[in-house]
Amino acid sequence: MPQPLLPHRTIPRRHACGCLLSAAFCCLAGWRAQAAALATDAVELVEVAPGLHVFRGVHEEATAANFGAIANVAVVVGNDSVAVIDSGGSFAWGQRLRQAITGMTPLPVRYLVNSHVHPDHIFGNGAFLADAPEIWGHAKLPAALAARGEYYLGRLREVLGSVATGTSVIAPTHLVSESRELDLGGRVLRLRAHPTAHTDNDLTVLDETTGTLIAGDLLFMERLPAIDGSLNGWLAVLDRLRQTPANRVVPGHGPAVASWPAALDPQERYLRHLQTDLRALIAAGVPMEKAAETAGQTERGQWRLFDDYNARNVVTAYAELEWE
Amino acid sequence: MISRRSLCLTASVLSLVVRTRAARTQDADPWPDIRDALFGDRAIAESDGVVTIEAPKRAYDAAIVPITVHAGISQAADRYIRTVHLIIDKNPAPEAAVFHFTPASGDATFTTRVRVNEYTNVRAVAELNDGSLHMALQFVKAAGGCSAPALKDAEKALADLGRMKLKQPAQVTLGKPNQVQLLISHPNFSGMQFDQISRNYIPAHFIQSVTVRYGDQTVMTIDGNISLSEDPSFHFSYVPMAEAEISVEVIDSDGMRFSQAWPVSPTPSL
Repeated sequence: MPQPLLPHRTIPRRHACGCLLSAAFCCLAGWRAQAAALATDAVELVEVAPGLHVFRGVHEEATAANFGAIANVAVVVGNDSVAVIDSGGSFAWGQRLRQAITGMTPLPVRYLVNSHVHPDHIFGNGAFLADAPEIWGHAKLPAALAARGEYYLGRLREVLGSVATGTSVIAPTHLVSESRELDLGGRVLRLRAHPTAHTDNDLTVLDETTGTLIAGDLLFMERLPAIDGSLNGWLAVLDRLRQTPANRVVPGHGPAVASWPAALDPQERYLRHLQTDLRALIAAGVPMEKAAETAGQTERGQWRLFDDYNARNVVTAYAELEWE
Repeated sequence: MISRRSLCLTASVLSLVVRTRAARTQDADPWPDIRDALFGDRAIAESDGVVTIEAPKRAYDAAIVPITVHAGISQAADRYIRTVHLIIDKNPAPEAAVFHFTPASGDATFTTRVRVNEYTNVRAVAELNDGSLHMALQFVKAAGGCSAPALKDAEKALADLGRMKLKQPAQVTLGKPNQVQLLISHPNFSGMQFDQISRNYIPAHFIQSVTVRYGDQTVMTIDGNISLSEDPSFHFSYVPMAEAEISVEVIDSDGMRFSQAWPVSPTPSL
């Protein structure tokens, strides 16, 4: 999820719909099937390119029923070792992921890459400690974890209850400030740290062997993108990211795989709509709370969880763009 | 200017309120204690139209909740709003800010953005120059705003600390209240945001006073607190009479001072 376990959800916990605690009860197609699968079965990994397996997260808020597994996760298998890109939203789910990898390959998990600070991407880290992997993150990830980790953990415990047991904040052991290569044996992953966009600590991974970009939350598909860094920054990063020599992409949320770079288009369209709308509204002196009712609304119907995240995006982006 | 006395008073009142609240259950109404601490047994007229409050019934982001207090009377020299206490009943520091106005304000209407920690009444208590008190309130649904992680871009926030921006209307209207917006880049740390690495809370570091002058007249002063949002924003009015500067001085809780001035070039309205 984008800005998971938001503090700011303003819907009363005791009421059913829309609230973090009870999103599961709320009109989400496929929830029951997904919950049942999680409860009884192993994590389902889809091989989207040779040796590159993806778990597809559900388009929901984190709940006990979905184990916080709402983000996509990628597993890349080389000749000597395995890299896991993001670890899911809880220790309990991370353990299931680890089991699924064991069922697939005997090779050791040598690298664990965290695409950014959000809890749905990193809270499974603990399940890999027995592998003693190198844990890679953006150079600004430790500071972001310092500022937010404890808070996210508290929220996770509130929302997942006993399912959160064992989950802890685990910092990266290796940092990337620009780019870095990881060798899995006959297979090189290129890590790239980005300036502030979705967050201030976004990291992408390019699997050069198959030409697959693992974009983390720099790319949302189907589910509304959430801005937790900078709207202008994100658009600038997308311009450069678009040049990446790849032929497919694994988004942070959305299908397991999509074609590159066309997959970027809907998200870029939404962000540009938001930027254009907000610049006009700010210039016209429309206050923040009124802007939240109109900006980006032409995108409504194009995205899952639009009503849950658009107004928040507007508030965040308004506070950024009013300084222009 | 804000006197040292009023700041100390605010601090002691807050600690009193916090202490008294600790003994109560979470659902108890904190208002009687806050009322006693701030206003004693003075009469407070409710909903008499001197001020009205506009706040979202349900906030989009509990760390940035816009609140507008509308003044129902003008700032005439003989009867004007001298002070508005903005109170968020259930916040750890309930008195979010105190706004002081003068006849030079023209209109005591203002907008700011606050953090809201749990579902709460938000109140504006206005004190007129005759000493009478007038209150408006609204219930706001929002939660977690005070402890929500700060700083979407920590490096930029540090680089921009104390930067200000004043948004003026395209056309300045002489002799009438003109509304402007003041933006101040400041993290306004609440002291409730946790640092996982140091295992400590990030110390509170917030804007303590804002003084706005037009020429040599004081238009507005604000006593701030941790309940104001990161990068505080204030819409307020002043009455331009001639070419002069709007100047702003900000002092934060670490004693840092920031000041900036903007020219006002009135073109007479037709």
